[in-house]
Amino acid sequence: MLLQGNEAVAEGALRAGCRFFAGYPITPATEISEVLSVRLPKEEGTFIQMEDEIASLGAVIGASLAGVKSMTATSGPGFSLMQENLGLAIIAEVPCVIVNVMRGGPSTGLPTFPGQGDVMQARWGTHGDHPIIVLSASTVRECYDMTIHAFNLSEKFRTPVILLIDEVVGHMREKMVIDDEEKIEIFNRIKPTMPPEWYIPYEDTPSGVSPMANFGEGYRYHVTGLTHDVRGFPTSRPDEIGPFISRLHRKISSHFPEIQIGEFFQTEDAEITIVAYGCVARSAKRAVIEAREKGLKVGLLKLSTLWPFMRSAVEKVFQTSKTLIVPEMNMGQISREVKRVNRGVARVITLNKVDGTIITPMEILNRIAEVS
Amino acid sequence: MPEITKLIHKYLRHDKKFPHVWCPGCGIGIMLGGLIRAIDRIGYEKDEIVLVSGIGCSGRLPVYVDFNTLHTTHGRALTFATGVKLAKPSLKVIVIMGDGDAVAIGGNHFIHAARRNIDITTLILNNNIYGMTGGQNSPTTPYGMRSTTTTYSNIEQSFNISELAVTAGAAFVGRGTVYHARLLDSLMEKAFLKKGFSVVEIISHCHTQYGRQNRLGTAVEMMEQQRDQAITMEKAAKMKPEELKDKIVIGVLVDKELPVYQDQYEKIREKAKGSVGG
Repeated sequence: MLLQGNEAVAEGALRAGCRFFAGYPITPATEISEVLSVRLPKEEGTFIQMEDEIASLGAVIGASLAGVKSMTATSGPGFSLMQENLGLAIIAEVPCVIVNVMRGGPSTGLPTFPGQGDVMQARWGTHGDHPIIVLSASTVRECYDMTIHAFNLSEKFRTPVILLIDEVVGHMREKMVIDDEEKIEIFNRIKPTMPPEWYIPYEDTPSGVSPMANFGEGYRYHVTGLTHDVRGFPTSRPDEIGPFISRLHRKISSHFPEIQIGEFFQTEDAEITIVAYGCVARSAKRAVIEAREKGLKVGLLKLSTLWPFMRSAVEKVFQTSKTLIVPEMNMGQISREVKRVNRGVARVITLNKVDGTIITPMEILNRIAEVS
Repeated sequence: MPEITKLIHKYLRHDKKFPHVWCPGCGIGIMLGGLIRAIDRIGYEKDEIVLVSGIGCSGRLPVYVDFNTLHTTHGRALTFATGVKLAKPSLKVIVIMGDGDAVAIGGNHFIHAARRNIDITTLILNNNIYGMTGGQNSPTTPYGMRSTTTTYSNIEQSFNISELAVTAGAAFVGRGTVYHARLLDSLMEKAFLKKGFSVVEIISHCHTQYGRQNRLGTAVEMMEQQRDQAITMEKAAKMKPEELKDKIVIGVLVDKELPVYQDQYEKIREKAKGSVGG
């Protein structure tokens, strides 16, 4: 099948069991809405175009509370509008997936050109101290796989998951095989099995994740954006707030191995390693192959999980590489994180481009030549 | 046991830490009473009710009642309700909003929910002020009145919420006051039973903020003003516009049959299944 990245996102969502989509038109993410508006009604699902992106995420959270896997898709300006309700999904622990097909910014910026400027917005965009899971994709197949991974993580950890792709990956067409027989793990939220009168909706568990009851299934409970006690009722008691907010963080921070996905490409003996994600990882891979042909020991660490930041993967690279190059289509967002975990072990070199064009393999090769 | 005591035992959450957050004398209790009386009369199961609210004094209402309850972000209650209803149409979805919630920050969601005619009942408690944040000007604060952000005088024209709902295409619109509690009960019952987007605007008083700043008296005195200002739809129809100035028209403003969103979407599903490709 010849598929566009955005179409692969839609296919991945359907495969993951998504049966509700609410969205608002925005370039370069609109194809995801268009495909799902055709496909969802065939699958007993629901597509609705809302009045704005605030409403889109509100509807998605509502549908998820009623028990249906739900998603929305947008780009930078719409993603900004979603930050308010994103916080509610985090504090109320409602699984959902938000796809942001990044374009050039800020503001209306470059609607039809790629960018990677929303990495920090995805991490810190909503107010208050919160954990977040953010994934990325650099191929059409990865758009499919990472959308499924996003749904699985959101259901497993009762949290919104953001998938950041960029205009290049979203609009690029590649050959992709979807095998319906292929075994793909699909995770569904754990529901309570105890009698309703015993159900404590926000009770702490060893994993930090409580079973989630869907509306209308006999477990009547309260969902709120206020800090709440284990029963879901608003609280301002420090001895209840502290453990609650800590649990929100712990349920993510104690599961890094399940959440973090990356690819080490020829890093075993690499003296220079490139750390990249999204469409830039494609150029970086080509640059590594060409550099190796010239006899240079260069490798690539491709980040598929952007947040929580893959500290251990970067630290592994430091064992062989004394130089890291971080090419990004922003002024340096992931490179800040690489520098943060570096602690003086290696040189961290940036390569930033914000003119709406992609970073080419040649530009990365030139930077390799400069530093080697 | 009196009827209301039975209803309190049946519908209020006993594991919720009372007392509630509202001021003594607030009209919201009358609205809550009307809500549970109407639900009880119709005979809904508690499991099938989803009560959704936004932010403000009215936003705190769902926590006290034993339904599926959802306290959302400011002005956005209708968007969450839309998702709940479309994902599980068998649920009865009721939205509670205040005036600032519904027609200031949530104004866009309100008109679009009305336009779509999704089967949701929206109850709007209109007390002409932002109460919880300390008495600021709202889109329904009348011209010339005072608030903590219009201490010299409000120079903006106010929204007529019910007229806005009618114009935006709601299938059912009713207006009552907390003084006319029995009318309110019947308006809510009609709204709940209506297939489509139904709105009940409930004129209430905020004696703590709006009343104090405008010297309108106690809660009881403000309720007496509701009584004196109220005009039924029937009477209002025979009156001139200038005579209706400063009056509150109560009753059913609109009750019409329109295609309901979920029924229409079911047809879309059948059409989609019949088509090839995609």
